[in-house]
Amino acid sequence: MAQLLYGGAGVVLFALGLWAFLVYTPLLRKLIALNIMGSGVFHLLIAIAERGELPPDPVPHALVLTGIVVAVSATALALAMGRRLEEDEGGR
Amino acid sequence: MVDSLALAVSVPLVGGLLATAIPKRAQALGLLASLVAVIAVAWVLVGVWQEGSLRSELGGWAAPLGIALVADGLSAALLAMAALVALGVGVYATGYFRRGDAAAHFWPLWLLLWAALNGLLLAADLFNIYVTLELLGLTAAALGALTGSVEAVSANLRYLLVGLLGSMTYLLGVALLYTAHGTLDLGLLAAVIQPGPVAASALVLMTAGLALKAALFPLHFWLPPAHANAPAPVSAALSALVVKAAFYLILRLWLDVFAPVVTPWAASLMGLLGAMAIIWGSWRALRSERLKLLAAYSTVAQIGYLCLFIPLLQALPPGSERDDLFVALVLMALTHGLAKAGLFLAAGLVQRDAGHDRIDDLGGTAQNMPATTFTIALAGTALIGLPPSGSFIGKWILMTSAIESGQWWWILVILVGTLLAAAYVFRVLSRAFNLEPTPRRFVTQARTEVPALLLALASVAVLGLAADSLWRLLGMGEGA
Amino acid sequence: MKSAGGLVIGAFVLLLAIWLLWVVQTAIDIGAGPRLAEQAFAGLPATGVSNPVTAVLLSYRGYDTLLELAVLLAALLGIWSLGAASPGFQAAGAVLQGMVTLVVPLLILAGGYLLWVGGHAPGGAFQAGALLGAAGVVMRLAGDERAGLPPLAAQRWLVVAGVAVFVLVGIATMGLGAGFLAYPIGWSKWLILAIETAATVAIGTTLAAAYVGGRPWSHADVSGQS
Repeated sequence: MAQLLYGGAGVVLFALGLWAFLVYTPLLRKLIALNIMGSGVFHLLIAIAERGELPPDPVPHALVLTGIVVAVSATALALAMGRRLEEDEGGR
Repeated sequence: MVDSLALAVSVPLVGGLLATAIPKRAQALGLLASLVAVIAVAWVLVGVWQEGSLRSELGGWAAPLGIALVADGLSAALLAMAALVALGVGVYATGYFRRGDAAAHFWPLWLLLWAALNGLLLAADLFNIYVTLELLGLTAAALGALTGSVEAVSANLRYLLVGLLGSMTYLLGVALLYTAHGTLDLGLLAAVIQPGPVAASALVLMTAGLALKAALFPLHFWLPPAHANAPAPVSAALSALVVKAAFYLILRLWLDVFAPVVTPWAASLMGLLGAMAIIWGSWRALRSERLKLLAAYSTVAQIGYLCLFIPLLQALPPGSERDDLFVALVLMALTHGLAKAGLFLAAGLVQRDAGHDRIDDLGGTAQNMPATTFTIALAGTALIGLPPSGSFIGKWILMTSAIESGQWWWILVILVGTLLAAAYVFRVLSRAFNLEPTPRRFVTQARTEVPALLLALASVAVLGLAADSLWRLLGMGEGA
Repeated sequence: MKSAGGLVIGAFVLLLAIWLLWVVQTAIDIGAGPRLAEQAFAGLPATGVSNPVTAVLLSYRGYDTLLELAVLLAALLGIWSLGAASPGFQAAGAVLQGMVTLVVPLLILAGGYLLWVGGHAPGGAFQAGALLGAAGVVMRLAGDERAGLPPLAAQRWLVVAGVAVFVLVGIATMGLGAGFLAYPIGWSKWLILAIETAATVAIGTTLAAAYVGGRPWSHADVSGQS
């Protein structure tokens, strides 16, 4: 039940992020939306690692760590590109 | 034990690291790494040719816990195409990026992209595929924005965001599959997967994510501006390789992993999207005012052709007919990849020589750059599907299979697409020959023109005439 | 028009969420089995580390982590290719400077601790690297234009260090006949520590350099060319 609650929260986060990504145009909102979608997927992975009394499944934990670093990298590149565009437009 | 599969990924990776650390030598190091990487890929190719398929368990841990790399005929054929295109792009880049810092930016990202591509084609693990997809997407977007113009940066920022949306959607599908089946290995998953809501949802999520990256109609909107505004060697790699890599994954999922889950209806839907991509992409290519935009829209159409194979492959029972169709699919992907790479490289030269790439004002190109015009003509031959190009054989088998499986309506799409392709190719050529051609020298700048020409030539002559060996490579010889 | 479009998208996403919730429930019911946890714990002694997450990241699925470090590097290369960095913030006042001289050494110390502890408890290269990166961000915010990073030519070597050590270890184990990234028994712990140390330095440098942004060879590096 706890798994469903936490994993379900992940699905809700994913859906909220997807909605925000599709509806809003500013870069920052889109990036935050993407990161929320990512957090949703990571939520689900963390939720299914739970095994009651036993120690949790380490594989999804490691996947989430990898996923976070990938998400950080992509966010950084997108922000840098966005700032480059902003500077170019400001310079005109 | 020397592992050619791991080398195919790590050689370009090491090259990228060296080019990052020593920017002054980036070009020399990059070329050297490219040569070694081509040797590594050739090694993989020989291994697959002799043994049918290669598998290596990385880290010494067997499949469910560890990650495996697998090469079969399909991945080996695409690896080889990627290596050819990469070699051509690399040599071309030495002549294209004349400023030292542009080359120093290009080579590290380019070699990382190649490593990601090889890793993706060899991956046999769902999460590993996600990581390679992200590496591919980030390097591709960064390379596409290399010119630094506002159009290029904004188009590639959009590409990056769309790619991230695709990755997240794909990853949710992976999470569902791990929840239900507790494994990420493609082979093990294929063995346990059952038709049901979980498998169907995972397939839909993963396909939607990958279709965004493969620019499958109607999710193609990001491609034309991103590819048309990138530097020419980058556009060539993006159109020929990166988009095909995402399609390769769709194919793997639909034909291998999810084979029991795919219904005729779902496969027909993919075919329908492909058909619309052919018509829409070809039409927009015909209406394009710029040569690079034309090439980019023609990529949208090409992905459509590849999708047409899915309903037919799904409908045909295993046997020699289906094998032929599968080989035709690979042949078509290879031909299009090489031709499109050649076309984009040539378009870059035209753009540089004429100062623009507006098709209507291209008069006299043939006079100035006969080799480049010849390249465009050869690539056009392959895009239309004229003999002896590989796509002629591909389209022929595709149409035969459409009749045999009773899905004759796809033939209409192929015919319309072919006519449109002929129209847009001849539109460019008629402009290029606008003036009386009196070529002084066939080749004007060997470093850039020859790679483009060879790639286009390979798409027409080599693949068309040597198509037999592809049957053998894919393990579908006469004896099989 | 815009609100109508938003409404349609909202309805679509709502339906998708409800559907996915049901699918997640179904998937949890199907997959109530052990998944990979048992195998991961069973293999733990052979990996040389006792923290199972570190074992997955650096031994079982080390190849994923190798590529992930490459993703981080690619992002930085992309940022560098976009043009010159914007100037740093002006130097901070005495209070902030005082705090920085206190916090930065603490962050570095904590990073080193997290790196070491990752072998047997939660922690590891990424957490440690993130702390180092944070130290760089703090220094930049306090007015240090280079965020405490070494000269640009050295930065280039530092940011590739993580992937480089990782892939060289892989090629070396392959040369020894064991297969790519298959650590020999007994060496495992030390190889993992070496990879993690290099990765920590690379991650910290990359994050700080990404925060600074900009192109590192515009000044001294390639002054002879271009």
